Amino acid sequence: MTAIADIPALSDRPTLSVQKDAATALIARKRVIAISVPLVILTYFIYLFFAFDVPGLLGRARMDNAAVLVADSYSHKTHITHDNRRGGLSIAIEGENKGTYPKGMTPEFVTMSGENTARIALKAGESAVIDGPVLRYIVPGYGTVAAMVEGRKITLETPDGRVPDWISASSSRVTISGKGGRASVTRARTEVFRYSFGWELFWFTLDSPFYGKSPDDLLRLALSGDHVVAGQSNLAAMVHDVWNNAMWRHKDVLWALFETVLMAFLGTMGAAIIALPLAFFAARNFTSVATVRFGVRRLFDFVRGVDGLIWTIILSRAFGPGPLTGSLAILLTDTGSFGKMFSEALENVDNKQIEGITSTGARPLQRYRFGVIPQITPILLSQVLYYLESNTRSATIIGAITGGGIGLLLTQAIITQKDWEEVAYYIALIILMVMAMDWFSGWLRRKLIAGSESGH
Amino acid sequence: MTDTALGRDTESPRLREVRDAYAAMTRTKQMYGGIVLLVFVALMTSGFMLADSRNAGGFWDGILNIFIFPGEVVSEAVEKAALLPALMLKFFPSLIETVNIAAASTLVGALLAIVLSLLSTRGLARFPRLIPLFRRLMDISRAVPEIVIALVLIFVLGGGPVPAMIAIAFHTTGALGKLFSEVNENASMKPVEGLASVGASWTQRMLLGVVPQVAPNWLSYALLRFEINIRASAILGFVGAGGIGYDLKNAFSWGQGRYDAVAAIFILLFLTIVFFDQLSGHFRNKLVGKV
Repeated sequence: MTAIADIPALSDRPTLSVQKDAATALIARKRVIAISVPLVILTYFIYLFFAFDVPGLLGRARMDNAAVLVADSYSHKTHITHDNRRGGLSIAIEGENKGTYPKGMTPEFVTMSGENTARIALKAGESAVIDGPVLRYIVPGYGTVAAMVEGRKITLETPDGRVPDWISASSSRVTISGKGGRASVTRARTEVFRYSFGWELFWFTLDSPFYGKSPDDLLRLALSGDHVVAGQSNLAAMVHDVWNNAMWRHKDVLWALFETVLMAFLGTMGAAIIALPLAFFAARNFTSVATVRFGVRRLFDFVRGVDGLIWTIILSRAFGPGPLTGSLAILLTDTGSFGKMFSEALENVDNKQIEGITSTGARPLQRYRFGVIPQITPILLSQVLYYLESNTRSATIIGAITGGGIGLLLTQAIITQKDWEEVAYYIALIILMVMAMDWFSGWLRRKLIAGSESGH
Repeated sequence: MTDTALGRDTESPRLREVRDAYAAMTRTKQMYGGIVLLVFVALMTSGFMLADSRNAGGFWDGILNIFIFPGEVVSEAVEKAALLPALMLKFFPSLIETVNIAAASTLVGALLAIVLSLLSTRGLARFPRLIPLFRRLMDISRAVPEIVIALVLIFVLGGGPVPAMIAIAFHTTGALGKLFSEVNENASMKPVEGLASVGASWTQRMLLGVVPQVAPNWLSYALLRFEINIRASAILGFVGAGGIGYDLKNAFSWGQGRYDAVAAIFILLFLTIVFFDQLSGHFRNKLVGKV
């Protein structure tokens, strides 16, 4: 009978076709996923484009702010100011008190000829002359723009009588933005700004006897016996002047960096110290009482879920601003994270080592010390060290909120909206600090974990 | 017989030497351990005392006051418990914004991280000579705290979610890039070589040969990052970048009498974080199996 011969073929054929159908379906599903996932992402971005009001943002964006920010971050400007009410010229770096040139001292691009007269050589061949209440701004190929204060009005004269787009003029204010400098005239003052490359006064401020000396001269001075500052060796005087630099505040900045690292260190280590014993109560194989386990685990979840931001706010209410508040905020949040990770590590320990140590008559504490701790040390250390690095970053943010460390300095510098060279300096320092911590924790991890593998 | 043999062995100078050496090694180890412990304890105590002295309020004063503020918030919240649901509803759009910031930055960061990690993995890189460059790029973007970029961008773009998103995405790129390239290193080269032998381009080799192998691990790391980024976006809101953090800052500055709003935001934030923690934990377990 053909039917008998057909039986195996019949039973074979459906499986094959089922398999084929399954494969086709799988490929079809994969194709759908391959198309739909990018589509979903794209749709989400389109939604976000409107939810985040990107068109409005582009309208509000202050590209001039960005230009100022970029220019200021690698250069500094010198303000040459004439007081139009009381008379008298002053020259100050960034217009700051602590950067004001003392009488009789001028940068090389300013030539003073009298109390109220100065000639300023700007870049791109431009120059400006302040002559009492009159400002003359000379642009090669264009001519001389003159702006003067006459009583309560400010008048502007241009070579062709028209006002080009790089000058904005009203009866109370004239601003000239040239290629090589800027100038502004108001009733109160006439000011010329000249940009120069670099961070001025980074090492020595103008009141230091070492200001303006070349590195060669400084080295010679450091080695010579003649004291520039009486009663102090030159090297000590230099270090003193740099350390107490009023413009860049190296002392405060270093302290702030140290405070930030301190916050991260205290917070991370404190959290590890608190979380380790608690983790034993949350691990199934060490605590048989389910309610205790449940309680400790929920405690971990709670401190983790409340999040660093809320802890920071609550703690800053009790402790006030400073590094201690930041440390405690990190400590609280990370106790939860560490507790969770440590208890998971504890649940995975190998029981054989503990049994072996028990068989020698060890007491519980000894069992933990010699049977459990060596097993979890590598996991524990690598987690703690990883968090140490990550918390250095968190400490910067927490410092900005509570008021401590480099985060505070950074926010302060940004709020003034003019010390962008300081902002750039702090950003560079923060990145270096985090990279150094990253390198240090990685080095320590390799050292310690390799050490513990060779025999504990 | 055995007794004498054992007796002779214990007497043997070689064994004594080994035993003494072992004892000496244990002693040095214990000494080093003791020193390390001592230094650590000294660092912790002196660090704590230093932090305490540079803080506005001392530790011991603060620890007694620690429950005053939460107490005020809780008592006000209980007093105005009927208003809480309405307040929570009012702040819900900000919460959505915070979650959106986190999701968008995770997505953008992960996409960039995928490209960078593929470009910086040995054996997969498109331009092997440029591996160190891409690695340094990731190191730098990983080292930049979100707040730095956020504050600068707020100055240029004005407050709102976009500066926060860019800032978090930048950091996420570096953080995920490093993890992704570790995953990539463990990928089998066989499919890649197979595809190369039939003349597939680099993009095809990566998309068809590498991505299917590593996608679950990538996704798992990205989910973990999403969890972290929700916290980060809440914090950035506090410095002016929109979302629930911004509302929290405002509610906080209204002061006593308006702590019901603070309580509502605390509850919302707590629930959100726990919810996404659980969600991402669940999916991560599904993706790579419980470790």
